Amino acid sequence: MKEFKILAVLVALVGITYYGIEPYAHSVMHPEVAAADFTFKDLKNVDTKLVGNAANGKVLVETNCVSCHGIEKAGNPAPMPAADAAAAYGVTPPDLSHAGRIYDKNYLANFIYDPVSAMHLNHKYPVGGAKQFPMPPFPLPAQDIMDMVAYLQSIAPKVADDKAGHKATFEAACGRCHNMKYASIEATTPTDSLKTYMGATPPDLSQHIKSRGEHYLHSFVNDPQVLLKGTSMPRVGLNEKAQEEVIAYMEEVGDSKKAERETIGLYVMIYTFIFAILAYLWKRKIWSEVH
Amino acid sequence: MAEFKPADSMYEWFDQRLGIDKFVKVMMTEYWIPKNINFLWAMGVLLTVMFTLLLVSGIFLLMYYKPDVNMAFDSVNYTIMQEVGYGWLFRHIHAVGASVVFLIIYIHMFTGIYYGSYKKGREMIWISGMLLFMLFSAEGFSGYMLPWGQMSYWAAYVITEIFGGIPLIGGDLVIWIRGNFYVADATLTRFFMLHVLLIPVAILGAIVFHFYSLRFPHVNNEEGEFFDFDEEATKYLEGDKKGSKVVPFWPVFLSKDFFVLGFFLLFFFYLVFFHYDFAMDPINFDKADGLKTPAHIYPEWYFLWSYEVLRGWFFEIAGVSGKDLGLMAFGFANAIFLVLPWLDRSPMVKPANQRPYFKYWFWLLIADLMVLTEFGKLPPTGPNAWVGFGASLMFLVLFIALPFITKAEAKKVEGK
Repeated sequence: MKEFKILAVLVALVGITYYGIEPYAHSVMHPEVAAADFTFKDLKNVDTKLVGNAANGKVLVETNCVSCHGIEKAGNPAPMPAADAAAAYGVTPPDLSHAGRIYDKNYLANFIYDPVSAMHLNHKYPVGGAKQFPMPPFPLPAQDIMDMVAYLQSIAPKVADDKAGHKATFEAACGRCHNMKYASIEATTPTDSLKTYMGATPPDLSQHIKSRGEHYLHSFVNDPQVLLKGTSMPRVGLNEKAQEEVIAYMEEVGDSKKAERETIGLYVMIYTFIFAILAYLWKRKIWSEVH
Repeated sequence: MAEFKPADSMYEWFDQRLGIDKFVKVMMTEYWIPKNINFLWAMGVLLTVMFTLLLVSGIFLLMYYKPDVNMAFDSVNYTIMQEVGYGWLFRHIHAVGASVVFLIIYIHMFTGIYYGSYKKGREMIWISGMLLFMLFSAEGFSGYMLPWGQMSYWAAYVITEIFGGIPLIGGDLVIWIRGNFYVADATLTRFFMLHVLLIPVAILGAIVFHFYSLRFPHVNNEEGEFFDFDEEATKYLEGDKKGSKVVPFWPVFLSKDFFVLGFFLLFFFYLVFFHYDFAMDPINFDKADGLKTPAHIYPEWYFLWSYEVLRGWFFEIAGVSGKDLGLMAFGFANAIFLVLPWLDRSPMVKPANQRPYFKYWFWLLIADLMVLTEFGKLPPTGPNAWVGFGASLMFLVLFIALPFITKAEAKKVEGK
């Protein structure tokens, strides 16, 4: 019994210290922030209750968007090579094939209406400022915008819920600016243009699942300004499913041995437990001769 | 030369030449340990096992690690963690092991302090143990730099900077240690050398010395009782196993250690596989960048207490800058444990709780070290800075007061 008392004191001292330097210190250094908002309820320029007409949307998209944006899945290649587009606009404009799938409907509609306010980049592109965001606002009637959204949703390809599918989402959502060295993914915008456009080279995301962790990414990707006020990274506007796919891909690349680790971990612990029991029985036998 | 008769068996052949029988007796079956002990006496064997795990996992890591500022980060996080079969396992064992070994060292060390196992003939055990603590600290610090992450870089920057506070030679010393004006490739390669060669060799030597230093004064026991080991050993060998106060190292003492080891390893492997963040700081998965200071810089948890002693002095006193005061306190904190056997002036060798004054000192020290550890991690702003200062001051006061407290205790005990 005395040994259990000693053990209890030891566990208490170690436990209190652990609590202080891990959970408690982390809560001080990284305070909780507002929960991720996948409805983007701050955006109210477009009435998203209107039902869109994809056929009309197709006409509007082809009139308004394809001079800058490619839509590979609808047979519209990018109007110019990525590097030339980056030189012209600062950053390579995204291909819109996946736009209807990965972006939240409300976000996408409001983005077309006014990109800067949707991205939370008013600090970088203030109204009347010298710098202009390369894509102009399209303050069209709400019905037109919803038609365009309906069209983009109708052409977006389905992707499988596997690594290849997650990769497609990652490339559509992050691949214009971020490298992912450990998956041999290079940003489609050349580094020099990116550095000028963003003010700094966006980080390689190979290890962000470890350095930032899922909890941080969940909030950060949803709205970078919440955790990193003033950053030039835009709010991308991913819906919850697309964001989960992006984070899943970051884990598949950055922590590729997770499944192996957890399986082997279980086996090792079972093995060690059996060893501990045998060792206890042996100890009992040996010490019975001396006590 | 001795007369060798032809051996009847392979065992005898070796025994004639290497004295196996005698060696096993001296090292194992007739190496006597007190019987009156609890599981805290198993920490030495736990440390030996931990060191072996670190050594073996380190050898495997060494086969793929690249000590170069351009390659180090990816050789660890990509090659070892993702490409090499079970490379991640060796890295996890190594990183978590490095942290857990300090937990066991601290338990071992404070067990020694609690039971007074550093005095009355056991001074060399204590000194060699503290030498091991210092070597392990250097090993931990140099190893932490190798993955070349943000915390590797900035911890190395901050800690090497400390030497700059030494009068006259400080500035040159920092450059000499770093091999450059800032933490750079030269720093990484020399810390790599220290980590994989010089310090491990020194540790191996110090472990042998630590074991050897136990042979003559013998291991202490739960009541601090002194008895004649030869007499008790004879009793045991004559068959009075229950009456004897000693047990042989093998198999009796080790059987208990293996039992403790089994449950300890269960805890250790849980950390290795499922709960490793505390030992592998997320910030260190960002590659080192000398132009981008992390928001919070802190050392690994086992250095937090002495880091806080350094950091607690944040204002000028009597014309001496806070930085210099901190440095002096830091030097004091790191050296003072070494002379503990001479600071404790009471002749009592008893568990702390049976000593009238020492018990308060012991538990105050534990509390103070816990406060220092906690506040060493928290940002040193507002009231935190003052708590840090108070705890740092308390640490100094405790050690300065120890000779007086124990002297008074000696008097009180004598009077009875």
